[in-house]
Amino acid sequence: MELPRHSLVRANCVNLAAPTLVARMFALEARNLVKSYPDVLAVDNVSFGVREGICFGLLGPNGAGKTTTVEIIEGVTPATSGEVYYQGEIAGRRFREEAGIQFQNTALQDNLTVMETLIMFQTLYDRQARLDDIIEACSLGELLARDNRKLSGGQRQRMLLAIALVNKPRVVFLDEPTTGLDPQARRNFWQLVQRIQNDGTTIILTTHYMDEAHVLCDEIAIMDEGRIIASGPPDELLQERYKGLIIELPIDNVKDELAGIEHQTIEDLGIVEVLTEDIPGSLSRLSPHLFDANRIKIRQANLEDLFLDLTGHSLRT
Amino acid sequence: MLKRILAIFKARNLEFIRDRGTMAWNILLPIALMAGLSLAFGGDGRTQYTVGVVQQADEIDREQHPFLSTQYVRFVTVDDAGTAMRKVARHQLDLLVDFEGGEEYWVNPSSPKGYFVELALLQTDSLVGGNLQKSEIDGDAIDYVDWVLPGILGMNMMFSCLFGVGYVVVRYRKNGFLKRLRATPVRPLEFIIAQVASRLILTLTITTIIFIGTHWALGTRMDGSYLTLLLIGFLGAVSLVAMGLLVAARVTSEELAGGLLNMINWPMMLLSGVWFSLEGAGQFVQNAAKIFPLTHILDASRAVILDGAGIADIWVSLAVLITMSVVFLALGARFFRWDPA
Repeated sequence: MELPRHSLVRANCVNLAAPTLVARMFALEARNLVKSYPDVLAVDNVSFGVREGICFGLLGPNGAGKTTTVEIIEGVTPATSGEVYYQGEIAGRRFREEAGIQFQNTALQDNLTVMETLIMFQTLYDRQARLDDIIEACSLGELLARDNRKLSGGQRQRMLLAIALVNKPRVVFLDEPTTGLDPQARRNFWQLVQRIQNDGTTIILTTHYMDEAHVLCDEIAIMDEGRIIASGPPDELLQERYKGLIIELPIDNVKDELAGIEHQTIEDLGIVEVLTEDIPGSLSRLSPHLFDANRIKIRQANLEDLFLDLTGHSLRT
Repeated sequence: MLKRILAIFKARNLEFIRDRGTMAWNILLPIALMAGLSLAFGGDGRTQYTVGVVQQADEIDREQHPFLSTQYVRFVTVDDAGTAMRKVARHQLDLLVDFEGGEEYWVNPSSPKGYFVELALLQTDSLVGGNLQKSEIDGDAIDYVDWVLPGILGMNMMFSCLFGVGYVVVRYRKNGFLKRLRATPVRPLEFIIAQVASRLILTLTITTIIFIGTHWALGTRMDGSYLTLLLIGFLGAVSLVAMGLLVAARVTSEELAGGLLNMINWPMMLLSGVWFSLEGAGQFVQNAAKIFPLTHILDASRAVILDGAGIADIWVSLAVLITMSVVFLALGARFFRWDPA
């Protein structure tokens, strides 16, 4: 029995009467997770499974509940209700031994060097990777004697990833690992993540960068207001929803009503979008309504479009 | 388990040792205090005479004993005549007098202040035709510097243990380091043991260095066993570290932690006898002081340093310190929380 690849939301509909059987299909599975605080329901009955060896992205805007969801799975935040399975068992000590975690914000001990910090964390695990390999993979060779506090943003993220790898993890959690990095540092980090995944490690990535998710993730789940609203492989999700390309027009370039042309106006971004499989035909129908026919953009639909369509608001708001 | 404890222990030690400002403060503060006090109290700076009286004030007819109205003399009621005689021997009491029974007084012939206060006693006693019997008690004086040294070391230990553990754990919790550790196989008890061990070693090492250095440089007194003193230091540091952990078990704000720790520090510093003896204070205050570990640390260490006491003499203080340590550690582990939520 195999669920469709884009089965995350659909997994909720699978008969869960035999939980162990379902759980064994995934390296990691969240079941009916709920996290409520006195004034907010942060995670609202979230279920999904992550197959072995894939990079799974949990996407959503700030406050969507993705970090809380992941921290429940990591075992650092208790759930109000729900369970987490690792390799078919309730996640427990074995999971802690085999999971590597890079938090969004982690302070390290003052006055310790990169090398001392790596050794300290490595010693906490029975399962240990070769430090030389990690140092090389994360390009930390020249930073080993440096104080933790004196690392740049990119260096620090590589260091935190190295800490997440010291136990040769079978599953790695990366919580918004490239937030605050410059474009070059982000791309370097992506390469690093891809190398880790190529070794067969399962990766769970949370991010609000849609391009990052598209590049790295085999499967994604989009969260909003504590719930998963879509899930599956990114390209399949886009192909299912968008047939053709998007013509993007600035609102101030449109003279009058686009009568008879199917379109949507996005006030937040100041644009009008037309989804079409017939670009030449659509352009000729649009031309009479535009001040300047050159002020248009033709592009493929992306995950941000998907999010916008599903929630009615931009990822950045 | 042991390797995880050792890993955190070693990291914490390095973090502290390389924090030169804190390290220097921990060493320089007590040395500076000792040097200052040595200058200030090296000579006999007190202008007041202190006389122990065996009877309660309301048991004495003051008209029959005009000595009790002598100016510039502080009269202290003593509960135990034996203890009071030991204080006469140490020059901590200038004279001890018993107005009942045999009407006797005790004075140390090598005490200059004892000599003058004896003259005052005999002169006033002769006015009412008294017949006090004199007894002499020999012994060397104990300088204030000798007396205050355990207080300063204890106070330094108190700050180091309470803030070095309590405050640091709260900082770790607030900045997310504890959360990061929680995501590893480390258990709360392992983390706590590592913190206790780290602070214990550092505090004992610093305290030992300061004690030996002061003993060597200022020639301070040491009548008892170094090993017994080390045992008191060990148990005292454990109890204070455990107290710090208990305060830090759930607190998430450094400001609150600082406030709570100060709320403990200051009464402990004032009531435990760091700077002055509580003998003149009321019984309630003396009893209240017993709830502080520092009181037992100082009582025991002064007994060893100044009187040469052995373990049999100070076992009550040691037992109290052990009990406090166990209770604080158990409660600290029970209520310990990794994250601020």
